[in-house]
Amino acid sequence: MSSVKTQAQPTQPVKLRPGNIQLDQQGKLRHFLAIEGLPKTVLTQILDTAESFTASDEKKFELLKGHTIANLFFEPSTRTRTTFELAAKRLSADVLNINISASSSSKGETLLDMLRNLEAMHVDMFVVRHGSSGAAHFIANHVPKHVSVLNAGDGSHEHPTQAMLDMFTIRQHKPDFPSLRVAIVGDLMHSRVARSQIHALNTLGVGELRVIAPKTLLPVGIEKMGVQVYQDIEAGIKDVDVVIMLRLQRERMHGAFIPSEHEYFKLYGMTEARLALAKPDAIIMHPGPINRGVEMDSAVADGSHSVILQQVSNGIAVRMAAMAMAMRNPDGSSAS
Amino acid sequence: MSRIHITGGHLIDPANNVDVVTDLWVADDKIQAIGDAPDGFTADQTINAAQQIVCPGLIDLSARTREPGQEHKATIASETSAAAKAGITTLVCPPDTQPAIDSPAIVELIHLKSREAGMSRLHMLGALTCNLGGELISEMLSLKDAGVVGMSNANQPVPNSLILRRAFEYAATHDLTVFIRPDDHGLSNNGCVHEGALASRLGLPGIPEAAETVAVARHLELIEQTGVRAHFSQLTTSRAANMIARARHDGLPVTADVAVHHLYLTDIDIRDYNSACHLNPPLRSERDRDGLRDAIKHGTIDAICSDHQPHEPDAKQAPLPDTEPGLSGIDTLLPLVTRLADEKLLSLSDAIDRVTRLPASILGLEQGHLGIGASADICIFDPKASWAVSADTLNSAGHNTPFLGWEMHGRATHTLVNGQLIFSKDHD
Repeated sequence: MSSVKTQAQPTQPVKLRPGNIQLDQQGKLRHFLAIEGLPKTVLTQILDTAESFTASDEKKFELLKGHTIANLFFEPSTRTRTTFELAAKRLSADVLNINISASSSSKGETLLDMLRNLEAMHVDMFVVRHGSSGAAHFIANHVPKHVSVLNAGDGSHEHPTQAMLDMFTIRQHKPDFPSLRVAIVGDLMHSRVARSQIHALNTLGVGELRVIAPKTLLPVGIEKMGVQVYQDIEAGIKDVDVVIMLRLQRERMHGAFIPSEHEYFKLYGMTEARLALAKPDAIIMHPGPINRGVEMDSAVADGSHSVILQQVSNGIAVRMAAMAMAMRNPDGSSAS
Repeated sequence: MSRIHITGGHLIDPANNVDVVTDLWVADDKIQAIGDAPDGFTADQTINAAQQIVCPGLIDLSARTREPGQEHKATIASETSAAAKAGITTLVCPPDTQPAIDSPAIVELIHLKSREAGMSRLHMLGALTCNLGGELISEMLSLKDAGVVGMSNANQPVPNSLILRRAFEYAATHDLTVFIRPDDHGLSNNGCVHEGALASRLGLPGIPEAAETVAVARHLELIEQTGVRAHFSQLTTSRAANMIARARHDGLPVTADVAVHHLYLTDIDIRDYNSACHLNPPLRSERDRDGLRDAIKHGTIDAICSDHQPHEPDAKQAPLPDTEPGLSGIDTLLPLVTRLADEKLLSLSDAIDRVTRLPASILGLEQGHLGIGASADICIFDPKASWAVSADTLNSAGHNTPFLGWEMHGRATHTLVNGQLIFSKDHD
């Protein structure tokens, strides 16, 4: 393992959420809304708890028997919702899947009315995906003390369980974060996954964190989040240990943010030749679903460096960990 | 007609350079005398203004009453009454009511409602284009005859520069002032907060500084070409203020205002997805706030307004991007303006000037000063009255203010419009 020089400290970020609503008074996970604001100990505990689930021979645990979890999805999702559902079931919780299409939420029922109704059905935990940034925070600020909220993606803000399953996958292969050089490639502007990953990697003390994208896909001020910015993928990927590719939404191609899929692939697409610039034992990740031939070649996606399918299976254990840790008793105390 | 004697107050009348403890005598809608009583004056009513400031009634260049169209948020009656209790004697309503103020009938309706309410004066800006659509020039002459004090397209764009040029030419033809809220809609792109590091962290769509500066540049060019009299409303960026300063230096007679909250708050105040800080135009960076303060201090920005946008509680109860922008500002205009004097940015007289004489002159109104013969629109306030902003202390129907919990100093005790006492704390 070669040593990586630690970066100069990034500009001190703005302190957010002074009274951290994600933690209870004992410092335990209360809601899981964002990676930002959580200490390293909590992130490590999520990883360790997830590891205890994967290490066990059991497939089913009784930890959340008698608890009800509602999957509240305001945006369509199959994979994320399925893994949350599977995670809840493996913990023996009762699961309620509620898909709210844009049309039904525009019938005049406010989000708060809907929450009140669900609380009356004695739901103990909301897993929320919403198109608006801050939606999970909003809900967490309006639930009673025995209800906890898990963010399954809010707008372009955060997707903390996805980032934690990525950290879990990285740790399986490369457990020493301070020695790692990591590059995130693609649409950082719109990616909630990327924001969560950046906070997680920095909190876990990664040695060097790079982001690689054209200027149209980089949010203003991203360097203040503790990353090195690259436009040139060849320079950015050189000698990295971990490459994280981001998904590029269809509606952002064809002239809106990039001129074409073809040109994007030419400039930022991951090929075997480019991956060869990274460390020989580098791993390559993608939150899925992959646009083959846009973000990466099939040869890379299915090649020996790819850990993409491991990410998917790790998703269940990480979500089980977050659920088990955040679940509350009726008196508001931690159920774990 | 009541004859009123205001006794022992500290009269501050920036227009006439008056800053002295004296008496004021009011009758027949007008200031009759300052100091000694006019011969034979017998007052029906005496207001003891000892330890209080007596100044021209405040003139707020931008306040939405939500009527017609959104009476569930607020009404002309509720907001002109709240204004009276806040020492504001004149409100100017942008044309984006529903329907928009683009026909004399709407102007008359609003006049009628405001006369019925009998509180502070309510003036209107007419729609620059029909239904604010940005495509067809409105009937500006008819609107002027009906009583609008200027033209504006509110927050709506006029994308085609040829149409904008003709609208300016037509306004200039009728000697109408055009009020411009500079915003390039392509660049602001449905953003909801200032584009910067905080928006990026929170994943909120940003409104870049350039959305304002590009619009200012475009409008300045057409103002110069057409010779229209123009006023820039609610500047939010330091760079835009500098552009106005340069244009003035080059001889272009444009004026500008700022909403008072932009002199205090920044995008950082949004940090916890605080929807009370979801505003349009948005709160900007600290650098912008400081730049706007400099521009106010040096007079590049003339006037200060509340940019009052009251909402019902539900409008702010949602994830931030789904909430409605705007704050309720009538109640806090006076204390936030006098606070600029407490903070030594301006003298008290200069601070009052920014909400009295200067807005009156921008609007071409005779009010805004208290010389003998002037119309008796008067604000009497207790500069030491301390009050906490809360639902209980706000008079506007809208309680959507990011200043909730702030300790304010200064509150109106009496308000006169046209020589009539429309608010007295003793009867409240």
